[in-house]
Amino acid sequence: MTQTSLLRQDKRTAKRNRAEARFKAYGLIAIGVGLLMLVILLTTIISRGTGAFQQTYLSVDVTFEDSRLDKTGNRDIAEISRVSTFGYKPLLVDAFAQLVESGAVQSDLAPKDMADILSKGAEAQMRDAVLADLTLIGQTVRFDFLASGRVDGYLKGRVTRDSIVNDKNISAEQLDLVDELRDAGVLEKKFNIAFITGSDSSDARPEAAGFGVSMVGSLTMMLVVLILALPIGVAASIYLEEFAPKNWITDIIEVNISNLAAVPSIVFGILGLAVFINYMHLPNSAPLVGGLVLTLMTLPTIIISTRASLKSVPPSIRDAALGVGASKMQSVFHHVLPLAAPGILTGTIIGLAQALGETAPLLLIGMVGFIASNGPDSIDAALLSPNSAMPAQIYEWAKRADPAFYERAWGGIIILLVFLITMNFIAVMLRRRFERRW
Amino acid sequence: MPFSFLGNPLTLVLLVLALAVLGYVMARGRAMARAGGDARRLHSLPNYYGMTAAMFAAIPALGVLVIWLLAQPMLIQNAIMPLLPADAVVTQGAASLVLSDVNRVAEGLDAAVAQGVLDADAIAALRDDPSSLRTTLAGVGVALGSDVQPFVLAAAQEARTLDARWDLIRAGVVIVLALAGIFLAVRAADPAFRARNVVERGVLALLVIAASLAVLTTVGIVLSMVSETLNFFSQHPWQDFFLGGNWAPNFRGNSELSILPLLWGTLYISLIALLVAVPIGLFAAIYLSEYASGRMRAVAKPLLEILAGIPTIVYGLFALLTVGPFLVDVFGAGGALSMEGLRDGDPLMQGATAVITAGLVMGIMLIPFVSSLSDDIINAVPQSLRDGSYGLGATPSETIRNVVLPAALPGIVGAILLAASRAIGETMIVVLGAGAIARFSGNPFEAMTTITTRIVSQLTGDTDFSSPETLVAFALGLTLFVLTLGLNVIALYIVRKYREQYE
Repeated sequence: MTQTSLLRQDKRTAKRNRAEARFKAYGLIAIGVGLLMLVILLTTIISRGTGAFQQTYLSVDVTFEDSRLDKTGNRDIAEISRVSTFGYKPLLVDAFAQLVESGAVQSDLAPKDMADILSKGAEAQMRDAVLADLTLIGQTVRFDFLASGRVDGYLKGRVTRDSIVNDKNISAEQLDLVDELRDAGVLEKKFNIAFITGSDSSDARPEAAGFGVSMVGSLTMMLVVLILALPIGVAASIYLEEFAPKNWITDIIEVNISNLAAVPSIVFGILGLAVFINYMHLPNSAPLVGGLVLTLMTLPTIIISTRASLKSVPPSIRDAALGVGASKMQSVFHHVLPLAAPGILTGTIIGLAQALGETAPLLLIGMVGFIASNGPDSIDAALLSPNSAMPAQIYEWAKRADPAFYERAWGGIIILLVFLITMNFIAVMLRRRFERRW
Repeated sequence: MPFSFLGNPLTLVLLVLALAVLGYVMARGRAMARAGGDARRLHSLPNYYGMTAAMFAAIPALGVLVIWLLAQPMLIQNAIMPLLPADAVVTQGAASLVLSDVNRVAEGLDAAVAQGVLDADAIAALRDDPSSLRTTLAGVGVALGSDVQPFVLAAAQEARTLDARWDLIRAGVVIVLALAGIFLAVRAADPAFRARNVVERGVLALLVIAASLAVLTTVGIVLSMVSETLNFFSQHPWQDFFLGGNWAPNFRGNSELSILPLLWGTLYISLIALLVAVPIGLFAAIYLSEYASGRMRAVAKPLLEILAGIPTIVYGLFALLTVGPFLVDVFGAGGALSMEGLRDGDPLMQGATAVITAGLVMGIMLIPFVSSLSDDIINAVPQSLRDGSYGLGATPSETIRNVVLPAALPGIVGAILLAASRAIGETMIVVLGAGAIARFSGNPFEAMTTITTRIVSQLTGDTDFSSPETLVAFALGLTLFVLTLGLNVIALYIVRKYREQYE
């Protein structure tokens, strides 16, 4: 006969307790795994993206010789502008030769090969400076040139001497020169404002690619979404929540809205392509079309959250308004809507944040693979001329072959996340500040 | 033309709005004057008289403008069809090609005239031999695929004339409508006129229109996809699409376009994603709702939900550049688990894009989706069921496994179905992480492709809306729409039924 005691656990109880502890551990592990993924994701983004905000520049003294740029010497802008960027290349070569002669650096490289450590945009940068100010000709000017993507990668540790063995774009001797220049203090990493304000560049110049123009594209789209989705969404919610009779028509509308919220975003892209571009002949790649597509996508989100905040306004408010002689319409617009406004705003901001990060529909309406060299100069142009958007620009960079673009893609993600975090923060603040419990 | 600036819809909208403001002031003033300056003698507040006029001026005019803008391209297309030679428009595909050429040329001529490169006489001189037009138009930024045929130029000219004429007529009609609205409202502005009732009826009508826009979107989605899908099936056998075994688009024709390999890739990736997301999400939800202290809940739940707020492009990049290369280090050539010995020196994983890469990352994305839905559902199970179980001596985990989960099961199934529908429709992760090869394979370390990936690749770049290779994207889109909609309807039905059970 077995001894049983309340003070001593029997085997079965011990087993059940172990099972209990195990089960609890599974739950903790699951949460731990989820949080770990979040941490890995965020550290990856930050560690790989912050590099994009720094860029390698080289300061060189360039002498704009008359004999190269203005042979006649009469400072005729038409004549000088006939000198193409190729005509400026010798100036760079001379500048490097000068650098070696002065003893600042030592290298056996031909000056022509030295100049190749600069970005391919260096000549254009000089040409623009000269055409903007003809008095520069004949003078020596100090320029901060972008170093090429490979050199930049070398300073950031992405490019190593082992990795360039088969690379035609840069040689070990050039890297020696880079080391010398760095020690001489003329080659250094600086904060890269051009990444935040500039435009995308061609495949060959990752060092010059910027995010600014696509930010303008995204903000234009958000403006379109805000102007269209907020009034339409609020109007639809007011009807459904306050006025709609209960019948099969309103039932269909309601089921429809809740299902639309779950339709894959790419389907909205197909709709945009078929209706806005193919049928209505709106221009391809235009932020207006992107905004319209995102409006259709955001509407269900806004309607659902607006209805929730209308519902949370207690009926006593409506009854009181009706009691003092307001019409139904007046009670809604003068009393219910203002009380629901903070909730509506919160929902709208969250909907906008979702739309801001959406990529797939933008690919179908062509907001990708396009290099807008300048930001738009008018509202018309911002709406109708081709542009990219933040997530589409990130996608574009992710597809390119040169790993230098990956760094920019991660950097773009940091900027995108800053926008999203700010929007969500505002939404949370609004809710905290104005939310009313009845 | 003197009034051609009115052809710009934006100018017209601004003009109508200005007229509405004018009507507001006039009608309000007239009502007050008629009441002798005493607002108490009016039926409605004075502003309502103004609003009536603004409404009468703006709404019919803007409504007509919108409908006109939608209809005009179609009417012009019908008008220029007879100008095209019969042999150029035998099939529907050829006709749409010619029409898009015509539109392009018309657009180019507009641009050329606007930039002063061409004028009306120069265009007329080109009538018989417009072959030089291609270079001219390229100069103003409109690139054409081929040299311009005389009949295309004639049709484009006709389209431009009609467009310009109808733009003016449109402007006239809209302005007359707005003025008529003002006239009617101002004439009616009388103390006995029930302005408030009229305004409120109008506002209600606007609200109804806004609410039905959601339905219109659905109708638009379905119609645009169905018509192009039918177009596709008229050019490509449906047997191949639904029953074939091969996906091999070929832009020279004779493509094999079967959805089955794509569907396999989609379902396989979704399955892996669910295998990751469901256990983690479910256990996290159980812990958070049954064990966690209030403080832990307040911290862990929002943190997990951050995962749901991160844009999918970020996950795509994460899959392509972080998870994929990591998996290759482990399972690829020279990796610890590459099993090269068992596979004749062939590593298990060849490239960073693979089913497992996309599946894992999509799983991470779905964790908060599963956990917050399940959390809600578990919380909805009545406390009395738990108390009963505890009273019989069950431990918390036994209560959860034997009482709470069975009670919550239908709701959890609904949540999983919703997550599955999200996984099937997900685009950016698979575009970047899954690869582009359509095949049936059981090996999760191989690259495969999905429905959404193929939609993106068939519809980006230069698309020609008359070839089955492009149109197939609409058939794929429709299939995707039906699939996800079906899953959603079932899931929502289950969840609703379940909620009712305990209410």
